[in-house]
Amino acid sequence: MKKAGRYIWLSLVLLFLYAPILTLIIFSFNASKTMGNWTGFSLQWYVELFRDSTIMQSLWVTLSIAVLSALIATFIGTLAAIGIHSMKKRARGVVENITYMPMLSSETVIGISMMLLFLFLGFKLGYGTMLIAHITFNLPYVIFSVLPKLRQLPASQYEAAVDLGAKPHYALRKIVLPQIMPGVITGAIFAFTLSIDDFVISYFTSQDVSNLSMTIYSMARRGLSPKINALSTIMFVSVVILLVVVNVRSSRQARKENLVR
Amino acid sequence: MAERLIELKHIRKSFDGEAALDGIDLYIRKREFLTLLGPSGCGKTTMLRIIAGFESADEGDVIFDGKRINDVPAYKRNVNTVFQRYSLFPHMNVADNVAFGLSIKKVDKKERAARVSKMLELVGLAGFEKRWPDSLSGGQQQRVAIARALINEPEVLLLDEPLAALDLKMRKEMQLELKKMQQQLGITFIFVTHDQEEALTMSDTIVVMSRGQIQQIGTPIDIYNEPANAFVADFIGESNLIDGVMNADYRCTFAGHTFECLDKGFAKNEQVEVVVRPEDIDIVPEEKGMLSCMVESIVFMGVHYEIMLRGEDGMEWMVHTTDPVSVGERVGIYLEPDAIHVMKSSDEPLASEQEAEEWAEAEEQA
Repeated sequence: MKKAGRYIWLSLVLLFLYAPILTLIIFSFNASKTMGNWTGFSLQWYVELFRDSTIMQSLWVTLSIAVLSALIATFIGTLAAIGIHSMKKRARGVVENITYMPMLSSETVIGISMMLLFLFLGFKLGYGTMLIAHITFNLPYVIFSVLPKLRQLPASQYEAAVDLGAKPHYALRKIVLPQIMPGVITGAIFAFTLSIDDFVISYFTSQDVSNLSMTIYSMARRGLSPKINALSTIMFVSVVILLVVVNVRSSRQARKENLVR
Repeated sequence: MAERLIELKHIRKSFDGEAALDGIDLYIRKREFLTLLGPSGCGKTTMLRIIAGFESADEGDVIFDGKRINDVPAYKRNVNTVFQRYSLFPHMNVADNVAFGLSIKKVDKKERAARVSKMLELVGLAGFEKRWPDSLSGGQQQRVAIARALINEPEVLLLDEPLAALDLKMRKEMQLELKKMQQQLGITFIFVTHDQEEALTMSDTIVVMSRGQIQQIGTPIDIYNEPANAFVADFIGESNLIDGVMNADYRCTFAGHTFECLDKGFAKNEQVEVVVRPEDIDIVPEEKGMLSCMVESIVFMGVHYEIMLRGEDGMEWMVHTTDPVSVGERVGIYLEPDAIHVMKSSDEPLASEQEAEEWAEAEEQA
């Protein structure tokens, strides 16, 4: 009896968590245009979604910004983490805290301050400024995914490589990088998902170019179309697939490492 | 043996205001097996790291083959290091680990493979090419680390407490093997250890260090028999340290008795310190002894007994002997002239309690 009770409890929690998304997915297949009542199964919203050039345009913006900002932030962030790691203790503490700050402060503040900076510098708010903003807010997440891996790596690994004749950049590439790779990949995935999700900072740093969340926001003000349900379903399913891939990959890796040992 | 390969001149180095090396002058000859010996924190590892190029000296020069190499980066120095925890690259197999130096030098694949298997054979790991480092035992990892360093044909091999993590039997085996390898290859070895027995077994020259300074440089026999000061006497082997007075050449008074000894050249009635090794003390019947004592304790050590004697003046003597005595028995002590080593009295600190604890800890970890 106790066990059954536990299962009921668990299902209630899961239902509570996933009911909104489930509703959204179900209604994306609704034939009716009004949200509340179900009139039959249909794929028409999916068809219309792909015909809507505004949405397709902003989907492209979202994806390209996510990929570019994740790649660039991962590159810069990994190098930054290596630099921070090799600093002296006091300097390292200061820099780490400065790096933390953007993670803790509100997105609105970051968005507005970036907008002001871009305007002050005379940049036109658009794709470029949005990309720069995304790289900037992704950076700390990459740095804090990579730093723990660097701390796990004994200093003598790098020293051994240099001792055997490797120039510093060769030692970083061949010895340090492969061993901190799990942290680098985690950082990249983090950056990618944060960038796809972002609304507030994008909203402040871009005027003529919209990403998906900005487009959905402006559409919602005119009354929500079921197209948005279809779009959200696609995005949700993609994220789930991405998560499954990442998890399977890491558990396979763990098993491989166990086999070696 | 005459040629000076490495010279350290007035090296100073401090970390956060604390001196790790305090004015080191030392030269190392070609093909020499030189050991830096001392308690943890004495600066021996810092010295090794300065030679390797991982640290730079605050003051002083490092001369290699007649050239100043202070500003030569580690990867350009013709020295290789075997690290304390081996530091094998975990994401490469044994062959790739050993070949790392060769692949940097762009040696072609065929020659690389041939040299790797030859080197693995030298360290007794033939056929281990495809194994992964974490599937090897500590001793095997150690051998791979040595092969990885030696394949670069360095002029000097630096070894930072390489045997500390091995068990006793393995350690003894590796000591002999390392020594053999060094003689075979004719490479200069600079070996860092806190284990005095290891140093005495393997070295041509021992450099005893304490608190960033060199206490004594000499052959193992010199260091053991003629310690330069109380620190060295106390650190190398067991010893009885006694304050004494040098009455004249070859005559020394301590523990209430005047002994004949082999030392001379002291001022008349100079205060000195006397070292008597526990194994150099003869236990004789009380009436034949120079001093009479009572047996306080006996511990069986395997090869010998360690016996603590209490003299009439309250002095404690440690004796290593195979002669059986019993606790409470009264016995005499007899000292041959060559059992007595007289040293100038100095303010050099003895190995303090705290340092003694640190060695014990380091040994436990090992």
